[in-house]
Amino acid sequence: MEGGQTTPMRPAPREADAGLVQALRGGDEAAFADLVTRLTPAMLAVAAGQVPSRAVAEEVVQETWLAVLTGLDRFEGRSSLRTWVFAILLNVARSRGARESRTIPFSSAFPPEDVGPTVDPARFRGPDQEWSGHWASPPRGWDLPESALLSSEVRVLLRAALDALPPRQRAVVHLRDVQGLEAGEVCALLGLESGNQRVLLHRGRARLRQVLEDYVLEDRVDEARG
Amino acid sequence: MNQGQDMNCDELVEVVTDFLDDALDAATRRRFTEHLAECDGCDAYVGQLRTTIGLTGTLRADDLQPDLRDRLLTAFRDWKAHPSPR
Ligand SMILES: [Zn+2]
Repeated sequence: MEGGQTTPMRPAPREADAGLVQALRGGDEAAFADLVTRLTPAMLAVAAGQVPSRAVAEEVVQETWLAVLTGLDRFEGRSSLRTWVFAILLNVARSRGARESRTIPFSSAFPPEDVGPTVDPARFRGPDQEWSGHWASPPRGWDLPESALLSSEVRVLLRAALDALPPRQRAVVHLRDVQGLEAGEVCALLGLESGNQRVLLHRGRARLRQVLEDYVLEDRVDEARG
Repeated sequence: MNQGQDMNCDELVEVVTDFLDDALDAATRRRFTEHLAECDGCDAYVGQLRTTIGLTGTLRADDLQPDLRDRLLTAFRDWKAHPSPR
């Protein structure tokens, strides 16, 4: 066994992959269904950044799964199965996007939604004020039990906010925070420099935090009104 | 730019992901942790960002639209019935 895992949420990758690949080669439909359920939402999110419509993104995902199945015998376990699936996805999406002439290179110059402060500057004290650059309206504690944050209402809200992120932020947040891939894997998959990968990730996370904050505070206002 | 100076809140909130990914240089990391230890606002912000990341991770279990799932499973059965396209 190698050294300890860095993130507690991550399942042991390679051994689990080997068993899964064997199950898939053997035609185990339940194993396939499980993998499809886990990966497809992130695959759609990543594909959507490369092609013109949701319908085309779904076609890209279907084509990818077929390529995965027919290519299983070539999978050697040099990367994780998940990374391999996403690499195929991006190849399919890019060739499809090129055909539809709408590829957005991940490495291209940052569009306006990917630059500027991630927290409203009005929340900090201005340059003329004492304690300039410090919070003027600091975040208030959420003080919610974990069960409230895990409610289906919050999940629906968070899912909608994730879907509404600019495509590149959405893809990076899906791969890093939903799928739990390592930074290096995401950079390799999307052709991103590591600093840019973190910028996109941070912007997406900051937006999602803001959505949750708005929800929690609004909820409290409602309570105060009775 | 602010090398050696105290970190301000508006600078800290922009580098939380760099901090979590262990991508800050040693001096900036020290300014970050020193500020965080003394600032309730930033402590709350970082805590909420961590909570957000954790919640985002739970979305993985969300349902896939049934029609797409069905199409993919049908494709799997076809592949199983005719394993090699060549
Ligand atoms: Zn602060």
